Amino acid sequence: MLLLVFGLSFLSFFPSLSLSQHFAPTRTKPHHRISVSLNLKQRKQREEKRRMMMKLDTSGLESFSAAVPSAMAAAEDQLFAPPSFDLPAGCADFDKFQMEAKQTLKHAKGTTTLAFIFNQGVIVAADSRASMGGYISSQSVKKIIEINPYMLGTMAGGAADCQFWHRNLGIKCRLHELANKRRISVTGASKLLANILYSYRGMGLSIGTMIAGWDEKGPGLYYVDSEGGRLKGNRFSVGSGSPYAYGVLDNGYRPDMTVEEAHELARRAIYHATFRDGASGGVVSVYHVGPNGWKKLSGDDVSELHYKYYPVQPTPVEHEMVDAPPA
Amino acid sequence: MECVFGLVGKGFAIVAADTSAVNSILVHKSNEDKVMVLDSHKLLGASGEPGDRVQFTEYIQKNVHLYQFRNGIPLTTAATANFTRGELATALRKNPYSVNILLAGYDKGVGPSMYYIDYIATMHKIEKGAFGYGSYFCLSMMDRLYHPDMSIEEAIDLIDKCIIEIRTRLVVAPPNFVIKIVDQDGAREYAWRESIKSPDVSMA
Repeated sequence: MLLLVFGLSFLSFFPSLSLSQHFAPTRTKPHHRISVSLNLKQRKQREEKRRMMMKLDTSGLESFSAAVPSAMAAAEDQLFAPPSFDLPAGCADFDKFQMEAKQTLKHAKGTTTLAFIFNQGVIVAADSRASMGGYISSQSVKKIIEINPYMLGTMAGGAADCQFWHRNLGIKCRLHELANKRRISVTGASKLLANILYSYRGMGLSIGTMIAGWDEKGPGLYYVDSEGGRLKGNRFSVGSGSPYAYGVLDNGYRPDMTVEEAHELARRAIYHATFRDGASGGVVSVYHVGPNGWKKLSGDDVSELHYKYYPVQPTPVEHEMVDAPPA
Repeated sequence: MECVFGLVGKGFAIVAADTSAVNSILVHKSNEDKVMVLDSHKLLGASGEPGDRVQFTEYIQKNVHLYQFRNGIPLTTAATANFTRGELATALRKNPYSVNILLAGYDKGVGPSMYYIDYIATMHKIEKGAFGYGSYFCLSMMDRLYHPDMSIEEAIDLIDKCIIEIRTRLVVAPPNFVIKIVDQDGAREYAWRESIKSPDVSMA
């Protein structure tokens, strides 16, 4: 009975959360922060009390045999014990469960994405694997997000975070266009995103993205992450496979490449990263951003690319099995 | 890993900083400018967490400009340093900024000055100072070789000696450094010391 009332009071909170109206919160910590005037002992007691309050009252669920003296219970357990079940994980202590959930998300950004500026514009490339620990949950994730017809964003980190915030950025870019009668610059768009992510610092967002586009000043490329960092540059690679991609990309890069050469370099770099990094794989997508906007150049499966780059060679046989000569 | 250091000479002040933007083992960029030109006669060298560094220094810069627009005269270096320190102190027990700052400026009548502002809002007016792992090597060198009223050549020589020492002795030494100077003619970039050059795009 008690449990039902408790559960209902929780449910009443949910309708009030609406995602349609969003505002970036000011950079303040959650409201239950304790003031520094209490001494350590008092603070610890308060923490304990708060943690206790978050625990559910599960006395109603305790099995019947607990009330019976233990001598009898041992004999009658098999006969009279009502069916009991374990509460799902996390019910006993919500705070600790939330902390643990955040930790599982912290397995780094399992992906490989890269982008670079050259004389003919910007090339953006990414793999398409989504992994949860050791399990590959999808081989066909779209990691290059089309913010608007002349700007692209890459996804590394939490998929939902990246998708939502890039969509939000697209909305803000369009509002800027309507308000100012001109397109937003890549600098402006990346600064908008960086400021939003900065205001959510420490709250568990996991985003490592590159904003690539072509504006009045020419090609632009920015790296923005959920720690609040924002870097302007010519070449970036983000994700768990990024060191591998950097190795190939840095070696083959020349500012005066043709679009085909740049395309091949990006594809090769992602392929090599997927070869060595377990959290990257699937399909390599390559986009090119030119003065008229972005265009998808290719999407190749990495396993097919492997045999294209390293075709199977007939190997010489060392020992051939021959039939034993008849006796 | 981020090294910021500086000193005050005869009629000028110098701030030098490394230019690597690093994320665990990856170097994202080797030409990231960490010494901000606050206004015509002030330099702000900052090191710390990437988001905090950019956001806090830009916040200070915009406020310094706002004062000038509102009042028609620029802030003095001392006033700027105290304002910066005040902002860090106010934020300290709520949302501390993890930024260490060397603020250098030139004021008419007072001359050059430099302020050391810690991430926990410690402030000292100093003649020479350093932040980061590089400080372990630079501070003693500057203590030994610095003397008041150094000429520009002597000061740049000392800065170069510090850079060489950092490159020699620090295990993950940053390859490139930027040196900026502020004197009665204003704040400007003096030189880059690069040991790794990245190929630059003609357009960007």
